[in-house]
Amino acid sequence: MVISTEEIWGYLEEVFDPEVPVLTVVDLGVVRKVELDGDACKVTITPTYSGCPAMKRIEDDIVEKLKEKGIENVTVDLVLAPAWTTDWLSENGKRKLKEYGIAPPENEPDKSVLFAEPIVVPCPKCDSKDTRLVSQFGSTACKAHYQCNDCLEPFDYFKCLR
Amino acid sequence: MENALFEYLLRLGDDSLILGHRLSEWCGHGPILEEDIALTNLSLDLIGQATAIFEYAGKVEGKGRSEDDLAFLRFDKDYRNLLLVERPNGDFGVTIMRQFLFDAYRKPLFERLVNSSDEMIAAIAAKSLKETKYHLKHSSEWVIRLGDGTEESHNRMQDALNDLWKYAAELFYEDEVDATLKASGVLPDMDSLKSEWEQTVTAVLEEATLKIPENNWKQEGGRKGLHTEHLGYILAELQYMQRAYPNMEW
Repeated sequence: MVISTEEIWGYLEEVFDPEVPVLTVVDLGVVRKVELDGDACKVTITPTYSGCPAMKRIEDDIVEKLKEKGIENVTVDLVLAPAWTTDWLSENGKRKLKEYGIAPPENEPDKSVLFAEPIVVPCPKCDSKDTRLVSQFGSTACKAHYQCNDCLEPFDYFKCLR
Repeated sequence: MENALFEYLLRLGDDSLILGHRLSEWCGHGPILEEDIALTNLSLDLIGQATAIFEYAGKVEGKGRSEDDLAFLRFDKDYRNLLLVERPNGDFGVTIMRQFLFDAYRKPLFERLVNSSDEMIAAIAAKSLKETKYHLKHSSEWVIRLGDGTEESHNRMQDALNDLWKYAAELFYEDEVDATLKASGVLPDMDSLKSEWEQTVTAVLEEATLKIPENNWKQEGGRKGLHTEHLGYILAELQYMQRAYPNMEW
């Protein structure tokens, strides 16, 4: 059986993030490279946050999915550079996040600017721009916690990381 | 050279590990749910950084020690963290003040390490910097809110600052390890690190209506492995499982 890297990328579209299960690892931008050498396949991934507990699970899920597709010889390599950024989230991924009820990352000013104007994060349910930050840190490292002042829905915001 | 690099990585990694462990002690004890989650998120970032740093340190040392060996199987004198990060959590104000003094140093430190001639250090710094920006924003905002808050919160923050100030000088401790690494470009120019820290600290404390203590007594030791009694208690908890059941895994 001859497989191409394109096919592997296709298979990886079937591997979902364990914590945000609407996103595939490709949408999320954590898959950086797919290489083939004979029947050996190497997938290079990068963590979202240093302490993201989902990385080990993502590694295992990739190996398992490719095995299921008949690719036995798989190694997953974890690299730190270049560091992951939310700019790598695909447009498709952002759309899926919003449909799932998580506000996708907005174009934020640099975090190091103290006392900066707060950014506007529209409510993923009713699209109101009248929302407030509840906490910079949410249910996982990659999310902040917001609430909509109009429909009162509490929601997660996939925060901008650059 | 390899020795200096290993030593420096321990300093960097132990700061992350020990502060990460301290913050994890807040799990289930935060003053409000959002802060319980925030502090444990910070903890997770720091322990993640420690993992990457120790993994590399193990390779540099070349004795086959893994990141877990370095985290769990050293004695107290082999830890190189700042005394500041092993200080007990105290109340929420003490934890936030400790975090702020540390974050205000870590951010400009990582901004410099991004330019390290050592590719791995540069990569870890680039990754950690993004997280540290969030940490500094979080701790600064709380210092201001509590310092410029009620009389009670103001007094507690001033007490926390008075107590922690003597440990801040160690942030800029330097010895032959730094000199060796500077010569080879592993440590880029660190000259403005302290002034940048002072700028941030002065601006935030001023906004928070808090006064920098006049007492200039300095307490150092962590970088040389001379710790306060608190580290022993941290290690007793941190290492318990590996000491009681060597090589256990789950």
